[in-house]
Amino acid sequence: MATSYRTIIRDGLWDNNGVFGMILGMCPTMAMTTSATNGFGMGLATAVVMAASNLLVAMFRGYITQEVRIPVYILIVAAMVTLVDLTMNAWMHELYKVLGLFIPLIVSNCLPLARLEAFAAKEPVMPSLMDGIFMGIGFTLSLTVIGAVREVAGSGTLFWDAHLLLGPAFSFMETRILPADTGVLLAILPPGGFLVTGLLLVVKRMLDLAAGKEIRMAGAHSV
Amino acid sequence: MKPSWIHALILGIFCTGFGALLAVTNQFTADSIELRAVEDKQNSLAQVIPDSIHDNNPVKDVVLLKDHEGKELTVYRATRDGKVTGVAYEILGSGYGGEIRLMLGVAADGKVTGVRATAHKETPGLGDKINTAKTDWITRFTGLSLGNPPVEKWKVKKDGGQFDQFSGATITPLGVVLAIRRGLEFFAENKTQMLEVR
Repeated sequence: MATSYRTIIRDGLWDNNGVFGMILGMCPTMAMTTSATNGFGMGLATAVVMAASNLLVAMFRGYITQEVRIPVYILIVAAMVTLVDLTMNAWMHELYKVLGLFIPLIVSNCLPLARLEAFAAKEPVMPSLMDGIFMGIGFTLSLTVIGAVREVAGSGTLFWDAHLLLGPAFSFMETRILPADTGVLLAILPPGGFLVTGLLLVVKRMLDLAAGKEIRMAGAHSV
Repeated sequence: MKPSWIHALILGIFCTGFGALLAVTNQFTADSIELRAVEDKQNSLAQVIPDSIHDNNPVKDVVLLKDHEGKELTVYRATRDGKVTGVAYEILGSGYGGEIRLMLGVAADGKVTGVRATAHKETPGLGDKINTAKTDWITRFTGLSLGNPPVEKWKVKKDGGQFDQFSGATITPLGVVLAIRRGLEFFAENKTQMLEVR
């Protein structure tokens, strides 16, 4: 029962989005969205791990028995995270200094594990890879949007420090929207994470309702 | 129903496989990672010890001392023409969000050559103004020493000292000021060991 690529892409980016559809991965979502740049970095690192682990599980699923599948999935996610961590530390050190903090946090994200169980364990290799990539991109977009809202409200800036993450060429993205020291500090403190995520969830559901879509319960998946 | 040893075997094979993969990756990256760590340390030392006072690599010239709690403290030494011109070591302050780690550089005459926050969990937007990326607050300590200002003035203004707190945060600057004062006292107590030529 192969899922069409169209559905995979739409699910990942909007319908069944990791943060705003399934409400998964809340730990890194709350922790890393104090700025748009941080959210983007965390999302990107997660997307790499998700694509790699979805691919591996889809390749090996014929050899993994039901009884030991969860430990094997955790093993694969943890191994991919460590692999990314070591490689980036050694060969992409500037980027690692910015993202390094986020990478171990991916293990605490249940979204990769959920996609392995709900998708990669049942689908062929290519769709699984696509699912990992687009779920990852959807996660990245969600975190970037939450980060952007919190950053503008809390610090009055948008994409601040983007040059640290993406290189000096991207420093044009760094904009100051409100004058310094006028932000609502609450937005970048932990409660702000819950408030902003909750409000954005309301916005998404209102858009879905307006489009006449049926609202799916959190956790329901498309397979 | 498969016998349970099959599951054990499968899990074992996956563990061995991924374990081996990680071991190989570690083998390939270990040298680069160590090199990067030394470079990072060098960069952070370069911020607290000016280049002009040394001709050695302070990362390579270390003395191990015992701090007040009996823990081992690595002291990096800057030398010029064989004489120790300055030292740098890590000091700890207690902030609002826990420990603040700072690197303190002290010249041989006891003056601060520089201090930088290396790791902290202070509130973003308030306490994180101790980072040079946010404000230059922490650079005001450069050139000061234990007698200048006098010991009783090593406090924030709110407590009758001479250092500005920032708006909305008193605990963070206080933690930093006290940490630097203790760091300088540590220098005074251990001066001979730190500066002796080996």
